[in-house]
Amino acid sequence: MERMTGAEILWECLVREGVTDIFGYPGGAILPAYDAMLKFPLRHVLVRHEQGATHMADGYARATGKVGVAVATSGPGATNMVTGIATAMMDSVPIICITGQVGSRLIGSDAFQETDITGITLPVTKHNYLVTRADEVASVVREAFLIAQSGRPGPVLIDITKDAQQSSAIFDWDAAAPSPSIVRTVPTPAESKMREALALIKAAKRPLVLAGHGLMLANATEDMRAFTDITGVPVAVTLLGIGCLPASHPNNLGMMGMHGEAWVNTAIQEADLLIALGMRFDDRVTGNLKTYALQAKKIHVDIDQAEIGKNVPVDVGIVSDVRDVLRTWKSSLTKLDLGEWNAHIKSLKGDSAVRDIQNMEDDGHLYAAHVIHDIWRATEGKAIVVTDVGQHQMWEAQYYHHETPRSLITSGGLGTMGFALPAAIGAKMACPDSEVWVVVGDGGFQMTLCELATIVQENVKINIAIINNGYLGMVRQWQEFFYDKRYAATPLLSPDFVKLAEAYGIDAHRVTTRKDVISTVEAARKHHGTVLIDFRVEQEDSVFPMVPAGADLHKMIRRPSPLAETGADR
Amino acid sequence: MLITYVLHVDDKPGVLNRVSSLVRRRDYNIESLTVGHTAEAGVSRITLVVDANPEAAHRIEANLYKLVHVLRVENLTEVPTVYRHLALIKVAATVDTRTQIMQLADVFRGRVVDVAPDSLMIEITGTDEKIDGLLEVLRPFGLVEVAKTGRLAMARGQGAQGTKSTSPDGSLADDHVDAAVSFSV
Repeated sequence: MERMTGAEILWECLVREGVTDIFGYPGGAILPAYDAMLKFPLRHVLVRHEQGATHMADGYARATGKVGVAVATSGPGATNMVTGIATAMMDSVPIICITGQVGSRLIGSDAFQETDITGITLPVTKHNYLVTRADEVASVVREAFLIAQSGRPGPVLIDITKDAQQSSAIFDWDAAAPSPSIVRTVPTPAESKMREALALIKAAKRPLVLAGHGLMLANATEDMRAFTDITGVPVAVTLLGIGCLPASHPNNLGMMGMHGEAWVNTAIQEADLLIALGMRFDDRVTGNLKTYALQAKKIHVDIDQAEIGKNVPVDVGIVSDVRDVLRTWKSSLTKLDLGEWNAHIKSLKGDSAVRDIQNMEDDGHLYAAHVIHDIWRATEGKAIVVTDVGQHQMWEAQYYHHETPRSLITSGGLGTMGFALPAAIGAKMACPDSEVWVVVGDGGFQMTLCELATIVQENVKINIAIINNGYLGMVRQWQEFFYDKRYAATPLLSPDFVKLAEAYGIDAHRVTTRKDVISTVEAARKHHGTVLIDFRVEQEDSVFPMVPAGADLHKMIRRPSPLAETGADR
Repeated sequence: MLITYVLHVDDKPGVLNRVSSLVRRRDYNIESLTVGHTAEAGVSRITLVVDANPEAAHRIEANLYKLVHVLRVENLTEVPTVYRHLALIKVAATVDTRTQIMQLADVFRGRVVDVAPDSLMIEITGTDEKIDGLLEVLRPFGLVEVAKTGRLAMARGQGAQGTKSTSPDGSLADDHVDAAVSFSV
């Protein structure tokens, strides 16, 4: 036990919690902490905007499961973090945001750079703290790490006043241990419910697993794989569930939902049992709830009690760690006779392959799907791909076939444009030996492109693929489908991205034809530093299939077939 | 329908804000909310009444549990429960009407706690209906000021998870526990 300043206690606790990298931006109210930081074995990444710091911490956490840490000063520094915190909240990502606050005696006086950040972030954090004394720092930091990682993970914000950083207190790590009661114990699943669930599984003729992000958060992907290997139940994945089962696994049907595969959505509508594992029946996944999977009994396993029955009424709701549930089930599972069901699902694919843009005749245009497909081929599906939000995100989900968990990093729940570039920096810092690709639109890229400087300053090697179509593409697509092609505020002017990258000292290329894609991608992979590629793709292409918002899941808009149009097109 | 929750929460700054914010962001109206200490140091008790359908009520309850400082949640809506309000009523009173008002207060087992030349203050505890009843009969005299606490609730017997019970005289609506209620207020 020794006397330390609040700032020193902060870093000491972080180091003891296993933190090695932090993402931040200094300022007045956090200066004492930054001054003390130099004495600790921490790599600090200077970001260009605090939103970037939160996304980097987020990407860092998603890539590894470790807690990501972002630091900012009070006032605008703190408010700039809000979008990143909300992003992490919606996708259950464990990050810790540390903000400086004005001196405790100035709180409430509208002091310079004062803002009520604990009040502002209350609905978008799992928990938050205002720390006004040095002797509170250790217990708060330890508690924050516990809360961020336990149960359903999420962001925690710690707001520390300047005087709490400057004044000193006795540091006692053991005495600062959080009370176990601070986190709710995860209930062991009730035996009766487990029996009911198993009975439903055994009796099912047309079962489907709906696999979500929770499987990765619970490190249960191997257990889920065992489940489908033993039973033969086919698996549909959510956007954030991509990677929880290798895309090449014969039971992996692919993505469900608004831009999911047509046969997957149809299979969901025809299933007699849905086994939902660590997913939350988001509106982008279900479409119209009134017509959603009406023939199916539903088993829902989630660690968050509030998710059970929230959107879809379930027959068996199990509030528990999904890994525990799968392991308990395992010994009772048997191979199900699903020949008919699997054959039916196969038949649902119908002419999907013909409609696939990959298989259409080369019309001389460069399509985003080609770019994604070629990046997948070049990287053999082994890269960590970080996407932004919009059309390119959906194309990535459709055409990059992920083989490993945590290899697709994307903002699902909040749909945060500007996420990709900073999140990729975080992911690369967390996994320096992995190949990291950013797939980003020309719109989202311009929201956080300031982090190009961070890449250069920190000497980070990533590859940036801008899917540049000159529009805010997904919004344009909605305008095309639902607003009579009135393109209000979606045509988008961009700078010359190649020159821009070069101004930052980043190697850059422009690709306008399909034949140049693979060679440019390969060259980027071999280059020692970050490379940016400006892919000029077809401007008015749309993502298919599409379930219009709120429509029935099986009523999808399909890409027009090159063969004779059929009634099934709408 | 009116849903009544009793929450046991850590007695810390901001806890009430977290609870009320959770209800607010889902756009439900809080009908009433009372907070006070319990017999246990460091633990406060919140009685929260929300107008919501049973489904929404379940969702609110499940989300209340996610708040770090919420220790326990009871939904008393379907449980035999003693509900009480406390009200202070200032009513205009002249020499001529004073006795009449005091008699009315007496019928409702209210207590006169302040007498001024032109008004009386009456303290009353009871159910919503009882307090509204007294207010109705006092209205013609001129209500100067009315203050109500909002609903306090406590499950009968062993509590929300426990066995059902009745009050000592066997009735479900009575005044026997008034004294206990007014202590908490």
